[in-house]
Amino acid sequence: MLAGYPLLSLTIWVPIIAGMVVLATGSDRNAPLARLLALVGAVAGLAVAWPLWSHFDAGTADMQFVEFSSWIPALNINYHLGVDGISMPLLLLNSFTTVLVVLAGWRVIETKVAQYMAAFLIMSGLINGVFAALDAMLFYVFFEAMLIPLFLVIGIWGGPRRIYAAVKFFLYTLLGSLLMLVALIYLYFQANGSFEILDFHALPLTLPVQILLFMAFFLAFAVKVPMWPVHTWLPDAHVEAPTGGSVILAAITLKIGAYGFLRFNLPITPDASHYLSGFIITLSLVAVVYIGLVALVQSDMKKLIAYSSISHMGFVTLGIFLFNTLGMEGALVQMISHGFVSAAMFLSVGVMYDRLHSRQIADYGGLANRMPVFAALLMLFSMANAGLPGTSGFVGEFMVIMAAVKVNFWYAFLAASTLILGAAYTLWMYKRVVFGAIVHDSVRTMQDLVPREFAFLAVLAVLVLATGVYPRPLTDVMSSSVANLLAHVAQSKLP
Amino acid sequence: MTLTLNDLMPMLPEVFLLAATCAILVFDLFIPSEKRFATYLLSLGTLMVCGWITWTTATGITTYTMHGMFVDDLLSDTLKMMLYVTVGLVMVYSRHYLHQRDMFSGEFFALVLFATLGMMVMISANHFLTLYMGLELLSLSLYALVALQRDSAIAAEAAMKYFILGALASGMLLYGMSMVYGTTGNLDITRIALLLQAGVGSNMVLVFGLVFIVAGLAFKLGVVPFHMWLPDVYQGAPTAVTLFIGTATKIAAFAFVIRLLAQALQAFAGDWQQMLAIMAVLSMAVGNITAIAQTNLKRMLAYSTISHMGFLLLGILAASINGYSSAMFYIVAYVLTGLGAFGMIMLLSRKGFEADNLEDLKGLNQRNPWYAFLLLLIMFSLAGVPPTIGFYAKLAVLQAVINAGFTRLAVAAVLFSLIGAFYYLRIVRLMYFEKPHDHHVIAPSFDMQLLMGANGLAVLMLGILPQPLMAMCIYAVEQSL
Repeated sequence: MLAGYPLLSLTIWVPIIAGMVVLATGSDRNAPLARLLALVGAVAGLAVAWPLWSHFDAGTADMQFVEFSSWIPALNINYHLGVDGISMPLLLLNSFTTVLVVLAGWRVIETKVAQYMAAFLIMSGLINGVFAALDAMLFYVFFEAMLIPLFLVIGIWGGPRRIYAAVKFFLYTLLGSLLMLVALIYLYFQANGSFEILDFHALPLTLPVQILLFMAFFLAFAVKVPMWPVHTWLPDAHVEAPTGGSVILAAITLKIGAYGFLRFNLPITPDASHYLSGFIITLSLVAVVYIGLVALVQSDMKKLIAYSSISHMGFVTLGIFLFNTLGMEGALVQMISHGFVSAAMFLSVGVMYDRLHSRQIADYGGLANRMPVFAALLMLFSMANAGLPGTSGFVGEFMVIMAAVKVNFWYAFLAASTLILGAAYTLWMYKRVVFGAIVHDSVRTMQDLVPREFAFLAVLAVLVLATGVYPRPLTDVMSSSVANLLAHVAQSKLP
Repeated sequence: MTLTLNDLMPMLPEVFLLAATCAILVFDLFIPSEKRFATYLLSLGTLMVCGWITWTTATGITTYTMHGMFVDDLLSDTLKMMLYVTVGLVMVYSRHYLHQRDMFSGEFFALVLFATLGMMVMISANHFLTLYMGLELLSLSLYALVALQRDSAIAAEAAMKYFILGALASGMLLYGMSMVYGTTGNLDITRIALLLQAGVGSNMVLVFGLVFIVAGLAFKLGVVPFHMWLPDVYQGAPTAVTLFIGTATKIAAFAFVIRLLAQALQAFAGDWQQMLAIMAVLSMAVGNITAIAQTNLKRMLAYSTISHMGFLLLGILAASINGYSSAMFYIVAYVLTGLGAFGMIMLLSRKGFEADNLEDLKGLNQRNPWYAFLLLLIMFSLAGVPPTIGFYAKLAVLQAVINAGFTRLAVAAVLFSLIGAFYYLRIVRLMYFEKPHDHHVIAPSFDMQLLMGANGLAVLMLGILPQPLMAMCIYAVEQSL
């Protein structure tokens, strides 16, 4: 029924064109119209992405909804799109998050509304392109182009140190991706003039070459994930970005890094991946434990969540480089779950910030007295962030820890420390913000959630619980692709 | 052998341009200054007719005339068409600017047209002397153009510096050419290439000559260590002239390099590759790092030009059809983007005020979001960020370099372009993240608005669909070399 429709193109171009329309509304006199158009665009983007989920064939690891047309024949670059069980859920997560972001910025953003909304819509389309591209150069174009709107979002609507944060974010990520460009061109000639990612997968390469390529890709994606020690841009960017920017950063752009590992590092350089897995696992465990400790001492809520994101993403990279089904599926579930939970946490901080204009934990306290509904929802999200059973946060982490036990007890031991650390920093923050007596008078003036805020937080709460209680649909969708990827990685590509 | 009319056909655009320019020069003497607009229109008309002639006489077959001194091939036709468009845009962008500064005179247009003629001769040269003649016609016109603002000390200084260093470079070039002549007994590019391929001539003398030729070329291109003149000239010259030097002449410089290195001295590619590699890396390093320290926009763009010319050399030093066509694509992308960048400076300038400091761009997004957006596209194109044309230009060059086996050069190139991204981002930062301190309404003329919009969007659209332009460059180079 849907065979004839270019669904993936629609998921890319509907938000981008909607963004341009929003941009055309011009100055802030038309702000209500811009907001409405942006919401329509975001919802339309989600609507066209939905059939990818409902019509997805989970039984095959092949690319689905494939579109192919020649784009730049001079360099044999093609407009080649397709999704498998790894990329499809991420694409859907992105389209969904865009709706949240538009709603989150509804009242809060008062200057240059059209530009703000347009930036997010265009970014959403570009990120969908990243997940759907099967041509390496097409991937690269989307991968880089999405930096532009994000750079502007942080720099224009961000906090006091926004300029420093925006420039640092842009240069850091550009540094990573430029070496990847060289690697891609190298592969292009190795593959006899093809930029097809799937051709790269089949290419035999010697170990020294694989290691160099691995490092080039690793740098590009490790910066995005971000892995310790190239994570320092993230706390700055998160803290200074407006709420919507933080949500997109945490929920989506970090996933691009992990997705890159799955799409490029593992299948193109499997031998190097095995060879260097100890190195990656070490970095991941440092992220889990050390960054977890760093999160503990933060006094700024956004910074705390930013560090907790790095720590959670450590689980993702750990799971990926354990090379077993449980670990990889756990990593993927963790990616989706973190998308929900981090979005919810940042939106919650946004809700508080809009009322009090402070992100400092010390400025709050006793919120439960004034905002009971919000306090209840934040409780759930905090539990999920700490990885309590029954929430989505538990599923992924538990799977990865189980997978780690099979490989090495000490990996699992260190990874499991997050269950204590995560609970400590999240719940401690929750206690200081929500419980206790009201000490600051300003807190007394705070109003509980308005329906708009309640709507997006409630939807997220349902998703967090649903994924936590019944993750089966998600793992079913990805199982064939994961099995295929693992089988591919297990085979040596040495000539 | 007698010269027949048919021998003149391949050089008809040049003949017409020469005649028309002389006519305009005379015509301009007899009209009052308030009707100067007619000169402007005639100059634009001349370019259009040139374009029409080139278009209709383009056969796609390589034709030699004047006893092999002049060549009309697809490469020259393509480059000339680009030249007409670029010079036309320079004139339209400059009109208002010149008017406000009392420089809207016949001399400007006559000199620009003579310089254009010089460039066309360079593009079509198949003989060392033709090449040199074209170069001198271009250079002399440029010296005068830089000094056009008679009472500006900084312009006079720039012109002086340009003149002295330019003369030195011409001397070096001639010296190198004489070495080649001395050992091969020829000045004809096609014949030199054949002789060198056959191994005629003393190797030592040829390499010696080659060093001087490359040094002369490097001067004209403005690559390190022969770049000293460039920032001063860019900053000192009136912006209209900077625009001309920064864009149109790069097309000629590309042709110059192709005719000398790729055609005449291809047999010595192994030798000039090494020289070009060193100069390319130095240019990218010095250009990008020094640009960070600049506060003057024109000066910053000058250093950016140096780094871009370094990148261009990378394409050339691949020494293959792939490399040359990538370099050609790079130059087209650069010219298009440079037109937008310098054009924007003039658009933001007004009577008595030059918008040539970085500070002047502060808060442009609040003053006028449309022009801020166009300049954003231009800056990201210069930085080489997709989806703008600048990215594909870099991609094309990088793939040619890697294909030729210089992977380490490619890595150096991308690392330096990261440094470059820093100062292009600073422009975006000033426009978008800072508050304006200048609240004048930006009201450019209609033609300027239209062309600037088209220019900026072309940077984006040719980035989304780069295939036609890329294919055209490949075809032109393939057919001609």
